Amino acid sequence: MATTLTVNGTSHEVDLPDEVPLLWALRDALNLTGTKFGCGVAACGACTVHIDGEAVRSCQVPVGDVWGEVTTIEGLGTPDALHRLQQAWVDHQVAQCGYCQSGQIMQAAALLAETPNPTDDDIDAVMNGNLCRCGTYPRIRAAIKSAAQGA
Amino acid sequence: MSRIGKIARRTFLFGAVAVAGGAAFGAWYVSRPAPNPLKPAEGEASLNAFVLIDGEGVTLVAPRAEMGQGTMTTWAALIAEEMDLAWEDVRVIHGPPAQAYYNSALMGEGQTHKGYDASAFQHSLGEMMGVMGKVFSMQVTGGSTAMKDGYERMRATGAAAREMLKTAAAKRLNVGVVELRTENGAVIGPDGTAIPYAELAAEAAEVEPPRIELRERSEWRLLGTSLPRVDMLGKSTGTAQFGIDTRLPGMRFAAVRQSPTRGGMKRYDAFEAGRMPGVEKVVDLGDGLAVIATNTWLAQRAVDAIEVEWEPAPYPESTEAMVAAVEAALDTEPDSVLRDDGNPDRLPAGATAVEAEYRVPFLAHATMEPMNATAWFDGQHLRLWCGNQGPTFLRDACAAEAGGDPAEVEVNVTLMGGGFGRRGEFDYAVVATKVAKAMPGTPVNVTWSREEDMTHDYYRPPAIARITGAVADGAPVAFDARVASPSIAEQALKRWVGFAPGGPDKGIVDGIYNQPYGIPNYRVAGHKADIAPPLGFWRSVGASFNGFFHECFMDELAVTAGADPLEMRLKLTRDEWLPAFYALEAVRDMSGWTGKTEDGVGRGLAMVYSFGTPTAMVIEVRDVDGAVRLTDAWIAADPGVALDPSIIEAQLTGAMVYGLSAAIGEEVTFAGGVAEQKNFPDYEPLRMAQMPRTQVQILENQERLNGIGEVGTPPAAPALANALFDLTGKRVRELPLNKAFDFYV
Repeated sequence: MATTLTVNGTSHEVDLPDEVPLLWALRDALNLTGTKFGCGVAACGACTVHIDGEAVRSCQVPVGDVWGEVTTIEGLGTPDALHRLQQAWVDHQVAQCGYCQSGQIMQAAALLAETPNPTDDDIDAVMNGNLCRCGTYPRIRAAIKSAAQGA
Repeated sequence: MSRIGKIARRTFLFGAVAVAGGAAFGAWYVSRPAPNPLKPAEGEASLNAFVLIDGEGVTLVAPRAEMGQGTMTTWAALIAEEMDLAWEDVRVIHGPPAQAYYNSALMGEGQTHKGYDASAFQHSLGEMMGVMGKVFSMQVTGGSTAMKDGYERMRATGAAAREMLKTAAAKRLNVGVVELRTENGAVIGPDGTAIPYAELAAEAAEVEPPRIELRERSEWRLLGTSLPRVDMLGKSTGTAQFGIDTRLPGMRFAAVRQSPTRGGMKRYDAFEAGRMPGVEKVVDLGDGLAVIATNTWLAQRAVDAIEVEWEPAPYPESTEAMVAAVEAALDTEPDSVLRDDGNPDRLPAGATAVEAEYRVPFLAHATMEPMNATAWFDGQHLRLWCGNQGPTFLRDACAAEAGGDPAEVEVNVTLMGGGFGRRGEFDYAVVATKVAKAMPGTPVNVTWSREEDMTHDYYRPPAIARITGAVADGAPVAFDARVASPSIAEQALKRWVGFAPGGPDKGIVDGIYNQPYGIPNYRVAGHKADIAPPLGFWRSVGASFNGFFHECFMDELAVTAGADPLEMRLKLTRDEWLPAFYALEAVRDMSGWTGKTEDGVGRGLAMVYSFGTPTAMVIEVRDVDGAVRLTDAWIAADPGVALDPSIIEAQLTGAMVYGLSAAIGEEVTFAGGVAEQKNFPDYEPLRMAQMPRTQVQILENQERLNGIGEVGTPPAAPALANALFDLTGKRVRELPLNKAFDFYV
């Protein structure tokens, strides 16, 4: 049953049935709690992580099917070494409750990797799957744009 | 309890009798200081219940729930301002549940005056009633009261701490206190020597707090500026700890299925579930089941596999039956008539009558973080970790469940992934306590699925308004509304303090009886529907529907009168209450309101006075290939004193989004006593692509400080509905609006 996962550059043995979603391996087995559970059905984006740089909903990827290296919010940057998007999030004081923001930032990072200078429509298209109940959308938009310009 | 019950019934019922409640307890009980719950360890000193100092520096206690509204930051800033702390050095904790952290503003809200018209006497009375919050250890985050509560008390607390530190320094240096000043967390001596507070703390703790005077606003360094939030770095790096992130040694994970009818279980068969991978125990909760496992998902899969037959609901089983009960309440004796100006029964000569009925549905809170709590019970002590808006009530309820004394219960209040009123309940913590009792000695993180969260909410109730009005000479001359809804406060207070106060519920009419318009014949009656499905406080509570009723009907009056809705409101507020007039002027100027829009564009206006703050909003919509797109929003609000403009702007914008989400696409319906919406695809909030450009202006024309966290919600639905009328000529009087319009997605 053990699966080998590479998360944030470190290899881990995870002793869980193959069908357990990556989200719950990260949160409950590896204690990487920055990735959040919101809906379990890929409708909110709170659980977004990267597999080989691609943004995925970790609640929908069984651990047995993980096809590459996983990056979570903890691997993107740390409080002492912020990723430019995280710095932009702090500069724009984006978060309110903050619960969705790990997913928002991971989604935004995938957007910038693909589209270094996104338009409003690009942002809408890519960020539309990430819900924020606090309504931080305008600041998310501003933070993405300033991180893009700083690139 | 019976004595407290008697006093509280009067308090909630008649407001003014709260003062008599103080007399019943004895003034000594009400006025004596609540004990300081901080227990300084070796090397720490506590100057009061809000200031803890150790070798590292100063930690401030912000005992209000941080659910995104920024209360932790601004509460700490109130203390730090007077203490002369450097903002970057400030550390903030929530602290334990305690009487000392009672909310001194909440009970004062029980008065039935309109708020904006309150006399100085009524303000003092509100303050006296507020003190009753101490009697009930009412540590509650809600009602947009945190800043109203803390504005003077916390600055005074900071100033007292500062003076205690100066007194200690004066003794040590053998100089007069007047020769000392404070700066960046240190007392500065006459020769410029700086003594850090950490070095003076132990001596300062022995000093009797001297008399203090609060600083003038012109002297503020922190307040009034946009401070970096204390929770921002953690929330931008995934390191912030929410309740769901609690991790403890040897911890297990549990999932639950409670009766979706709130009626309990008839029978179940958990044999297979008990043998599934990772499962350690199936727990019979009495009215539901839990599975404890090594992983949340494995627990969820197992609990979902249990066959259960539920008892029927103790409330009408369908939405139709419940709405019928609300409708029937309109024909009963009013529960309240809180506004009764002039004589709306007699139509003035030459007036034109207008009549309409409005309806809103049940709503769920749908916080991003599903309900959860972690409990650890060793047979005697109970330790809990969860976010919540009322930790003293939660502590007592969990103590009762564990069969112990509240003193044996430790409550750790975490950050919460949204609250919106849902976290004012404590059901999730009681459930976690039940689960932990089944596995003594092991901490258990009990997390609800989104489906469990949606189907076990305490919902915003449905409401119906029938309004008649009249216009003459281009202006409203009559406004006569009846509003029917079940009472939220009745059942919430029963859960909080153990009894249900009878009598009028102001919440049914809040946001409609107290609007600052000078209409000569103006009457509002509230009617209490006699049904009790699970109901709870939902951001802005009664104003969440009454703002919609009032402001859409005002738009109808303007149309009938042939008046511009903005000009009409300006005339009606000018003599009634100027801060509302200025808020309307502000959105007029920001939006460039002309009263005219080009083809394919619609604009709507609403202004709602709630939680002491007038909030005006203009929303612009456009027809994009047959779909409605929200393009712009302009908001002007006057909380009196803008303590942190960045946080206020975020709150106003976010509260508008919360209101727009509900207005456009949210509705909970019931079949067989069970909520039919299970997850976000069935209950769809506003998304990024639907978000209008938003401009916010903060005004400070009213004298006293008032609420900000909820006030952006009430005007959102009516501003949008009025914009849709302007765009299409279609007046829709029922939410959600996506039943009548196609929205851009």
